[in-house]
Amino acid sequence: MDKSQYKDVYVFVEQREGVIQKVALELLGKARELADSLQEQVVAMLLGHGVAGQAQELIAYGADVVLCADAPELEEYNTEPYAQAITQIVRERKPSIVLIGATTIGRDLGPRLSARLETGLTADCTGLAISEERDLLMTRPAFGGNLMATIMCKQHRPQMSTVRPGVMRAKPREEGRDGKVENIEIRFDASKFKVRILKTVKEQKNRIDITEAKVLVSGGRGVGNAEGFEMLGKLAETIHAEVSSSRAMVDAGVMPHDRQVGQTGKTVRPDLYFALGISGAIQHLAGMEESEFIIAVNKDKYAPIFGVADLGIVGDVKKVVPLLTERLAAIRKEEK
Amino acid sequence: MKIVVCIKQVPDTTEIKLDPVTGTMIRDGVPSIMNPDDKGGLEVALTLKDKYGAEVTVITMGPPQADDILREALAMGADRAIHLSDRKFAGADTLATSNAIAGALRMLEYDLVITGRQAIDGDTAQVGPQIAEHLDLPQVTYVEDLEFDGNKTFTIRKSMEEGYQMVQVEAPCVVTVLASANKARYMSVRGIVEAYDREVEVWNFNNIRVDEAKLGLNGSPTRVWKSFTKGAKAAGTLYEVEPAEAVDIIVEKLKEKFII
Repeated sequence: MDKSQYKDVYVFVEQREGVIQKVALELLGKARELADSLQEQVVAMLLGHGVAGQAQELIAYGADVVLCADAPELEEYNTEPYAQAITQIVRERKPSIVLIGATTIGRDLGPRLSARLETGLTADCTGLAISEERDLLMTRPAFGGNLMATIMCKQHRPQMSTVRPGVMRAKPREEGRDGKVENIEIRFDASKFKVRILKTVKEQKNRIDITEAKVLVSGGRGVGNAEGFEMLGKLAETIHAEVSSSRAMVDAGVMPHDRQVGQTGKTVRPDLYFALGISGAIQHLAGMEESEFIIAVNKDKYAPIFGVADLGIVGDVKKVVPLLTERLAAIRKEEK
Repeated sequence: MKIVVCIKQVPDTTEIKLDPVTGTMIRDGVPSIMNPDDKGGLEVALTLKDKYGAEVTVITMGPPQADDILREALAMGADRAIHLSDRKFAGADTLATSNAIAGALRMLEYDLVITGRQAIDGDTAQVGPQIAEHLDLPQVTYVEDLEFDGNKTFTIRKSMEEGYQMVQVEAPCVVTVLASANKARYMSVRGIVEAYDREVEVWNFNNIRVDEAKLGLNGSPTRVWKSFTKGAKAAGTLYEVEPAEAVDIIVEKLKEKFII
C-alpha cells in the first residue's frame, strides 16, 4: 500500500431525522486538530435526504469540505446503503483517517466498512493524536476501562476509529468560516438492500439525554429501588439535573438502559456528577470519571467511588439526599 | 433451520479488582465466563430450537481452556460444538478474528448466524458485522427480540439510543444480540453430566480455507502500540459526618464552585 496517496481527515456526519447529531460536531473538532497537525483538510461526509442545507453548519464547526450525498436511500440509516455510500467515497477519494461516532449507528456501520475496505478499526477511542511518522495514535480503554491501550494501524488506510459521544469537544461555532460543498452521486446496488425498516419508535422523548446533561444525579445499589429513585428524581428536579444510574439498577430493571452510565452504558462528562449509593465498579468509573466535579455519598468508606470523587460523604443516601433536596429547594426559593 | 452461534470466553471483568497501592489490575483469580451477550445470543437460538426444532451449533475461537464454554453451551442445549484453535489464529485483532470465524462458517450450513453484541473484555462490537460482511450477509445489530415466521422471515426489535426499531430480514442473515434480550436458561443437570462425554470438534488452520496472511497477528491491521494504566486520579476530601453536617459541606462546595 502506498500510504502517500491517502490524505485528509474524514468525518461521518450522523444525522437522525435530518438532525445532525452532536457527536458529529465533536468529531469535527477533533478532526480539525488532527488535520492541522498533518497540514491536511477536514472533510465531512453528510449522508441523508434533504439535508444539504446544513452543510454550511459543518463548515462553521471546522470542516474544509463537505461531501453531500443526498438520496432517498440515505434518508434513514440502514447498514447497506450507508456502507455502499461511504465505501464509494473512500475508494474514490482515499482518506487517511475516517472518524465515526460510536453510537448504535456508528458501531453498526464502522465494522461493516472495515471488513469491506479491509482496514483496521479501533472502537470507542478516548484519545486521538498524530505520531511523528504521521500515523494515527488511537487510545482506548480495555478490560472494563482499567487498562488503556494505544493502537496503531500502520500498514493500512484509511485508519478508522469510532469515538463515543461526549468524549471529544466540539470547537466553538465560527460564523462565515470558509469551506467548499460538493455534491456526490452514489451508485447504489439495491439488490443488496435486505433489511427493511418497519418502524422507528422513540421512547422517553421528553427527557434530556444523560450525555447532554450539565448535572447528573446518579444512583446505584445503595438507592435500592424505584422509590429510592423517586427521591433522586426530586433532587434532580430541584437543581434541573437528569437522573442516571449504575448498571446494577438497570440490570435490576429499576432504570432503563438509556440512563446507564459506564462501560456498557454511556460516557458522561457533566459539570457536576452526584454518585449516590454507587460503589464505583471500574466499569462505572470508566463512564463518569472525566466529570468536572464529582460528589459521592456512600455508606462504605472504602468504596472505590471515593477514589475519583472530589467530595466524598460517608453516609446513608436515604438520609442525606432528602435533607440536601430540602436545603437546595430553600436556596432556590430565596433566589426567586 | 440451522443456527450457528459464535461465542467467546472472557475474563469476568466485573470481578476485576484494583490493587489499592499500585492502582494496577489484579488479574489472578478472575474467573472466565461465557461472554454475557453471547449467552443472550445462545438463548435466542435455543428458544428457536424449542419452537421450530432448529439445529444449534456453537463455535468459539480461543485457547484450549475455551473448551469450558462450549461444554456449557452443550449443557444448555446446543447440538454441536466447534473449537477453532491454532497458533496461526493467535494475536488476531477483530478483523483477523472475523476472517477465521467466517472461514469456519463457510464450511457449515446456516440460516441464521448469531453473535453477542460485544464482548466484555474488549467492548468493540466489531466481529459480528465483520463476519456478516465477509459472508455477504445482511446484519442486524443490537437485537433485543427476534420473531421467526416459521418460513424464512425474521422480525426483529433492535435497540437504539432513543428507543427501538422494528426491522425485517430474511434468512440467511447475521444478528448480534444483547444480554438483556432474555434471561438465559441454566444448564440442565443431565446436560452437565452428558456435556463432558460429548464431542467438541477441534478445528485448526487446515479445516478452514482462509489465506494465512489474513489470520492472527499477520492478518491484523491494528496493533497495540503500548498499553498503560491510567493512574489513579488524586482523591478529594472524604467526610464521615452526620447527614445535616454533610449537607452543609455539600452546599458550601456547590456555592464555591458557582454551581448554585
